[in-house]
Amino acid sequence: MSPQVLKHPGLNLGPAHGKDDVAAESMMFGFWVFLMSDAILFGMVFATYVTSVQATAGGPGTHALYDLKSAFIETLLLLASSFTFGMASLALKYKHSKSRLIGWMILTLLLGMVFLGFELHDFSSMFAKGGVPSRSGFLSAFFDLVPLHGLHVAGGCLWLICLAGQILRYGLDTGTKLGIMRLALFWHFLDIIWIAIFSVVYLGGLT
Amino acid sequence: MSEQVSTVDETTERREEERREFHSYVWGIGLALLLTVVPFGLVHWIHGIPRFSLLVVIGAFALVQMLVHFRFFLHIGFKQKREDLHLILFSALLLTIMVAGTVWIMASLATRMVLPAQP
Repeated sequence: MSPQVLKHPGLNLGPAHGKDDVAAESMMFGFWVFLMSDAILFGMVFATYVTSVQATAGGPGTHALYDLKSAFIETLLLLASSFTFGMASLALKYKHSKSRLIGWMILTLLLGMVFLGFELHDFSSMFAKGGVPSRSGFLSAFFDLVPLHGLHVAGGCLWLICLAGQILRYGLDTGTKLGIMRLALFWHFLDIIWIAIFSVVYLGGLT
Repeated sequence: MSEQVSTVDETTERREEERREFHSYVWGIGLALLLTVVPFGLVHWIHGIPRFSLLVVIGAFALVQMLVHFRFFLHIGFKQKREDLHLILFSALLLTIMVAGTVWIMASLATRMVLPAQP
């Protein structure tokens, strides 16, 4: 076990990737700065939600609207997708076949899309119970926070599709390799945000 | 001949590293599952736990699970350069000050601004 210093936080490509590993250093650092700014944005939206959770204005509250089982399934889906993306990262780092890499990426994409399907179903059943964003301060804050995460996941799915296309068109060059590595960070980061949503919004709201 | 040996050594070393990193993801998802299922079970199946202690338990599990994700999925440890760790720690500090400060002030305001009952 060599005590090699990592070039940037996250999975490093390692010296076997030569110039791609060198290029990763500044690129990945920049992406970490973006991720941390995004974390601050989510943190403030969380603070807004926590301060408005009582402001139901006589409308439906957390117990009437939330479906914990569905949120639990969504958590498992995102967890599984984080694992499959990890496998894609390893396939990239250890130069397995391109089809194996694309396969893990497609599996991740499918899990992400099923997650979004469950989430949209949740929102529509909330709408059916009168839980629309304009009903109360609580619901405005809810539909500020949870769909913001959903939009990020949708963006991640779009990015996955674009990357798969780029890999098929250009092969694994510096650009596509670093694209996968940045998307991996983004995807794992979104999973962490979801843990906070599941704990604060769903579990906390249903105690 | 000696070059041959060194490449063989490198391949085994790389294979060893891959095995270790694969296990890191497996550990990550295992721990994450456990840390998700326990608070879910406490809320969904078990009733009668005082609300405040339940909230504390949920918060503690969430915090530990986030650390697990950072460690096993994002591979954050003490091996990367100091600046990179500083970026993450400084952001965490800002986040804590802003979120905890907002919640504290707004909660305090809410208890002080309770409207008197309608006459």
